[in-house]
Amino acid sequence: MLYREAGDFKTTYTADSQTFPIKFDRLGYWVILAIAVLALPFLVTDYWANAVLVPFLIYAIAALGLNILTGYCGQVSLGTGGFMAVGAYSAYKLMTGFEWMDMITVTLLSGLITAAVGVLFGLPSLRIKGFYLAVATLAAQFFLVWMFNKVSWFYNYSASGQISAPEREIFGILVTGPNTEPWAQYLFCLLFVVVLAWVARNLTRGTVGRKWMAIRDMDIAAEIIGVNPLRAKLSAFAVSSFFIGVSGSLFFTVYLGAVEVGEAFGIQKSFLVLFMIIIGGLGSIFGSFAGAAFLVLLPVALKLFGVDLLGWPTDIVAHLNLVIVGGLIVFFLVVEPHGLAQLWRLTKEKLRLWPFPH
Amino acid sequence: MMKRLGALTVAAMMAAAPAMAELVIPDLSYRTGPYAAGGIPFSDGYQDYFTLLNQRDGGIGGEPVRVLECETGYNTEKGVECYESTKGEGALVYQPLSTGITYQLIPKAAADGIPLHTMGYGRTSARNGEVFNNVFNYPANYWDAASVAVNYLLDQNEGSLDGKTIALVYHNSAYGKEPIRTLQALGEKHGFSLTEIAVDHPGQEQKSQWLQIRRERPDYVLMWGWGVMNQVAIQEAANINYPMDQFIGNWWAGAEHDVTPAGAAADGYLSLNMNTLNPDLPVFDEIRAQVVDAGMAAGDGSNVGSVLYTRGMYAAMLAAEAIRKAQEIHGVSDITPEMMRDGMEALEITAARMEELGMPAIGPEFSVSCQNHGGSGEGLVQRWNASEMRFEPLTDFISPDREIIDPLIEEDSMAYAAENNITPGCAES
Repeated sequence: MLYREAGDFKTTYTADSQTFPIKFDRLGYWVILAIAVLALPFLVTDYWANAVLVPFLIYAIAALGLNILTGYCGQVSLGTGGFMAVGAYSAYKLMTGFEWMDMITVTLLSGLITAAVGVLFGLPSLRIKGFYLAVATLAAQFFLVWMFNKVSWFYNYSASGQISAPEREIFGILVTGPNTEPWAQYLFCLLFVVVLAWVARNLTRGTVGRKWMAIRDMDIAAEIIGVNPLRAKLSAFAVSSFFIGVSGSLFFTVYLGAVEVGEAFGIQKSFLVLFMIIIGGLGSIFGSFAGAAFLVLLPVALKLFGVDLLGWPTDIVAHLNLVIVGGLIVFFLVVEPHGLAQLWRLTKEKLRLWPFPH
Repeated sequence: MMKRLGALTVAAMMAAAPAMAELVIPDLSYRTGPYAAGGIPFSDGYQDYFTLLNQRDGGIGGEPVRVLECETGYNTEKGVECYESTKGEGALVYQPLSTGITYQLIPKAAADGIPLHTMGYGRTSARNGEVFNNVFNYPANYWDAASVAVNYLLDQNEGSLDGKTIALVYHNSAYGKEPIRTLQALGEKHGFSLTEIAVDHPGQEQKSQWLQIRRERPDYVLMWGWGVMNQVAIQEAANINYPMDQFIGNWWAGAEHDVTPAGAAADGYLSLNMNTLNPDLPVFDEIRAQVVDAGMAAGDGSNVGSVLYTRGMYAAMLAAEAIRKAQEIHGVSDITPEMMRDGMEALEITAARMEELGMPAIGPEFSVSCQNHGGSGEGLVQRWNASEMRFEPLTDFISPDREIIDPLIEEDSMAYAAENNITPGCAES
């Protein structure tokens, strides 16, 4: 009874192909957006911003990016951490080299730089695929991290090799640095998430996205019906890297404020984002958000429950977290390869018929 | 089942409800991951000392201490989460035991007015208290360590290292890169050449690095390692028959778990230490009697007296002494983080006080001031005795070369001040 389709008629193609064809979903989307924009900024505290909301939003962008490449275009990538590092270091060089530049431009430019790097590392995808491509992108991961560690120009020759974000503001409001208000951090990231999710949704349901999906489903058939694999694959790498670059840039400037490339953008980061889209759902915008939320919230929730509430030793809870995430990945791969997004889709189907299933 | 779980939850909530007027000390520990071998004994020592104070004296100045443990896994994101989740409870001082997390927390803690104590790690130039009002790295820092090691080698070579080659095997991170600049400056002064050999996180793969050492045969190898990296390096050095008495680890590369895997081959391995080692300190007996035997130890109690346990306990002692100092200055027992900062800045550790605390000569005597947050900077060299299975102090405390270090600290801290719009000056207490 929650989902009611009776009386919800579509009379035009536009209405029929909208993102949320069911009125209840559409309303829900606007309500969530309104709460996120109008209510949450007044409620968010340092803890909520730094431990939950900002990382969730930033990982959601990274997951969207990887989902475009892996979920929609079928190109497996393990280079996410490396591309995030490109975003972060571009942002750092732009912030320290051009002090007048505002943070929105910095973030978008770092995305564009990452897109260029992504295309470069996407070139092998024209010849190799699947497992072999995963190894090629793995090389990108290790090469980029090695480069940012080795070439001291990237970290402005500082003694320790750490980069730290100077204070920057937009419209007179600080968005980077330790004195940033939590609501400003949160809203700045939210802005990028909303715009990028909208872009991703519209790209994936238009011509470009259909070409990607055609390549994913069967590249030879796609080529026969007129999809240019070179353009499709490289555009997927470019768009995906742009998203990941933006997330890496925000990760450094807004969230952490200081990073060390090996520790923050190591191979574990690539795996983390990959797990997000596997658990969330490959080839789904909602899945990217669900996966990011799940993997960001799970450790925090487990810690709150295990350590703060039940008083278990901290190491047991940390190990439990690993066990649970590992178990869930196996579970999802076996039981529901399409992840949380598919579970949600099934729930919706059931609710639409409830209480009178066929 | 659900009922029992519910009852358990309620009981746990009651137990966890904060009592009033306590001294809250967060412990950002790591008992998991590739650095756990070092994180566990340090955290055990840190917590056990506070437990001892609670058990024996009812806390510090009549106020019980509440330690909040939070697992970081040596990971910066989790470290930030831990910091944010504990700072609201009235945390007095943070001791992150990770250079990466320290770099994260320096600006945040300054904005929140909470002091950081990063003993022998973190940002070296935090020694300049006029720029880093809230950060303390007494009793010594990395650049002191590099200089102490070189001074030890000078002593071994009749005062001259001219024409010698020294290889630095370092963890390829902020932590490992810290001593490079000082060693380069020292190399210019004393005429030795420095080879920098990086080892990537976590450090299990070091074959090529040690092949290079085997080929070049440097006169000495210095190591800036931590966690699993140390064990592998010592094993590799044994494999290529590199003489252990020419191989010096820094103070995070010289604990029992680093040398035991290599067995007898590690005999004679040298490392620095910022505190002395003495498993028979009276305070250990008290800890064994009042904490471990009472079943209140943070770990399983097997680490009491080990290198890193001693250092963790030493860190807790320094924090407890700073609390006492703060209580004395401000005349209240329930101090705030701001008062704690004043206490740390006025801290003075004397031989008599260390004796009184049941840990005679555990560290160098030093006093902290607004200009000097770094203590005396002294360190000693210890030697691994594989048959006795323990480290033995080889030297007394050696002073670092202030002439080289001070200008570097001035330069680095001033650069930080310029980047972050800080006007150097003492904080008002």
